[in-house]
Amino acid sequence: MYQLSGVTKRYRRGKETVRALDGVDLIIEDGGRLVIQGPTGGGKSTLLQMLGGLDRPTEGRVLLDGTDLATLPEARLTRVRAEKIGFVFQGFNLVPTLTAQENVETALVPLGLKTSERRERAAEALVSVGLGERRGHLPGELSGGQQQRVAIARALVKRPAVLLADEPTGNLDESMRDEIMDLLEGLWEENGLTFVMVTHDTALARRAPRLATIRKGQVTIREQVVG
Amino acid sequence: MFFTYLRRELRRRRKAALVVASGLALGIALVIVVDSVTAGMSRAQTKVLESLYGLGTDMTVTKAASPPGEGDAVRRPRFRFDAGAGTDSAQQSQDVVMVQGFETLTASTVAKVAAQDGVADAVGGLSARVMKVDGRFASGEVRPAQPGQAPGQGGAGGEVRGGGADFGVDSYTVYGTDVAHQGLGPLTSSKITSGRTFTAGETSAKVAVVDSAHAKEQGLTVGEKITVSGTAYTVIGVATADSGDASADVYLPLAEAQTLADAKGRVTTVYVRATASQRIDEVKGAVQKNVPGTTVTTSADLADTVSGSLSTASDLATGVGKWLSIVVLGAAFVVAGLLTSSAVSRRVREFGTLKALGWRSGRVTRQVAGEALAHGLIGGALGIGAGLAGAWAVTAFGPTLTAELGGGAGGGGGQRFAGGPGGGGGPVRETATRALDVALTAPVSLTTIGLAVALAVTGGLVAGGFGGWRAARLRPADALRRVG
Ligand SMILES: Nc1ncnc2c1ncn2[C@@H]1O[C@H](COP(=O)(O)OP(=O)(O)OP(=O)(O)O)[C@@H](O)[C@H]1O
Ligand SMILES: [Mg+2]
Repeated sequence: MYQLSGVTKRYRRGKETVRALDGVDLIIEDGGRLVIQGPTGGGKSTLLQMLGGLDRPTEGRVLLDGTDLATLPEARLTRVRAEKIGFVFQGFNLVPTLTAQENVETALVPLGLKTSERRERAAEALVSVGLGERRGHLPGELSGGQQQRVAIARALVKRPAVLLADEPTGNLDESMRDEIMDLLEGLWEENGLTFVMVTHDTALARRAPRLATIRKGQVTIREQVVG
Repeated sequence: MFFTYLRRELRRRRKAALVVASGLALGIALVIVVDSVTAGMSRAQTKVLESLYGLGTDMTVTKAASPPGEGDAVRRPRFRFDAGAGTDSAQQSQDVVMVQGFETLTASTVAKVAAQDGVADAVGGLSARVMKVDGRFASGEVRPAQPGQAPGQGGAGGEVRGGGADFGVDSYTVYGTDVAHQGLGPLTSSKITSGRTFTAGETSAKVAVVDSAHAKEQGLTVGEKITVSGTAYTVIGVATADSGDASADVYLPLAEAQTLADAKGRVTTVYVRATASQRIDEVKGAVQKNVPGTTVTTSADLADTVSGSLSTASDLATGVGKWLSIVVLGAAFVVAGLLTSSAVSRRVREFGTLKALGWRSGRVTRQVAGEALAHGLIGGALGIGAGLAGAWAVTAFGPTLTAELGGGAGGGGGQRFAGGPGGGGGPVRETATRALDVALTAPVSLTTIGLAVALAVTGGLVAGGFGGWRAARLRPADALRRVG
């Protein structure tokens, strides 16, 4: 469970200070699903970075299961990322020189598994996203949708408690978008993850039971009935 | 994963790897070539010096040159032939044996030098030149008057025709070697190629070792006899000089050479070995101070007098070559570092993502440094290949250099009698000048290869340092950067 209180993030650009997040209070239950939307520059990605322990807030607390990610020592924060959090990025962020299988394995490297177990689990994850046949392919040899599937497999192979996705369909066309969304929602339901997704897409936003809108660093939450 | 990732990067970013590696390779190849050419030069110089000195000699002691015209009466070779009337057609031969340079030291000098601190061994030797003049006089022939000669013409009847001299002059060098101490001296730079060398007991044996070039010229073989100044010596061995240029034509036991040259108990040169090479200068000082009237010449002094294309090339290799390779290598290191660093900048998102996935900073840095090290090693392999090829090409196609020894200040290792037979009167003093042809070689030593490997690793580590430092400072949030 996430408990954010008074989370403020200021970026300094020269003499100017940008307030990307401004006193955000937010609770996300375990297994909850939250969609974040808002205008460009509103602070969506910044909020996701706070949730994922990729960066620390300037002020405030980011409690994940009672641990404050804001003040956790770097080594332990790295450990939290490795064990609990899965990321999916807009640009897929696969290592271009590694095969699909190896890309998925990179997520297991920090866990110190045996090579054979690592291979097995990565292969299973690829099967679960429908790419069992494409394990030996390089990212450059896969379509955008397929690359994002590999990235999803990489995010989920560690069996994380939280899945964070920053515009996961932003680089995909509409048919691929639905395909990926169906996959993500299916996996969320199956695995009981806490799932937070940033999107620009209002159609996607409408599918979420809980919607957070960020404007100028400030969050408003809306619960909605989905049909 | 480390090696899988490393292998994939090297294979799939081959061009980038090659760019970094070839920069390092160029520097390393240059170092190998310069290093081996320098080694070849110094080997050539050593060879030149050894041809004069023999192996293991650190310095020589000779008599200090006294100003000409003072003290010594002018000595010149004198030949006496009997040209008495009526002795027609008799073959006459005479040898004159002269000490080279006409300057000798007493044998006690050898002991005195040997007693100096830091002297491991001191051996005296005598260089001499034998001038052999042989031929015959022919007296004139008296012929009777021609028959049918007009009366009143030439009552004595007949005329003298012909008459004169027909002499050939031959000259060769003799070196009297201390048979009891054969570890030092000119003969050590020759190998016995047939027969044997002197034994320690042959101090006054009538035996000789002949240089192979002289033996060939004179048609001498082991077992034959040569006669010097009326004394017959049995040739017991033929020696071939390592450098192809021997320091004497005939080697005799020291006492024999002294007798022949009328220089009993005297030597021309003392060959000295120091207990340690670092003590050479110290020993030189001690000898100069404690054994007055001597000139001490170390191999370093002698090396300074090496001139000709060898020394020019050698200066070039140690000067320009060394600096060039340092500059190129330094540039290669910096370029490799910058290229690696900029490669990391282009992969900001990749490394940021790995950190976001929970990779420790150290693991990412290790990956970057590993790649750079691999680039360095590839560069090293390429560089060693190119360097070996370069060194081989230098040895195969390199020019022949000439080394002229001596002519410098202070007189060389030996005084040499110059002025050919019958040439201008009087002793001609000249510092030793020896010209040797040396083929330029570039021997690549294991040390050089070791140095190249060390440089490759250093280059890789420098590049890895640049790149690793850059990678270590990346934040996991960089995974979300839009660049790349
Ligand atoms: N590393 C940074 N340094 C300086 N300013 C930053 C940095 N990251 C974000 N910002 C600023 O913080 C604000 C919020 O940025 P953020 O990326 O969270 O917006 P966003 O809502 O994700 O926008 P978009 O929809 O374009 O992705 C913006 O004004 C942005 O310029
Ligand atoms: Mg964003």
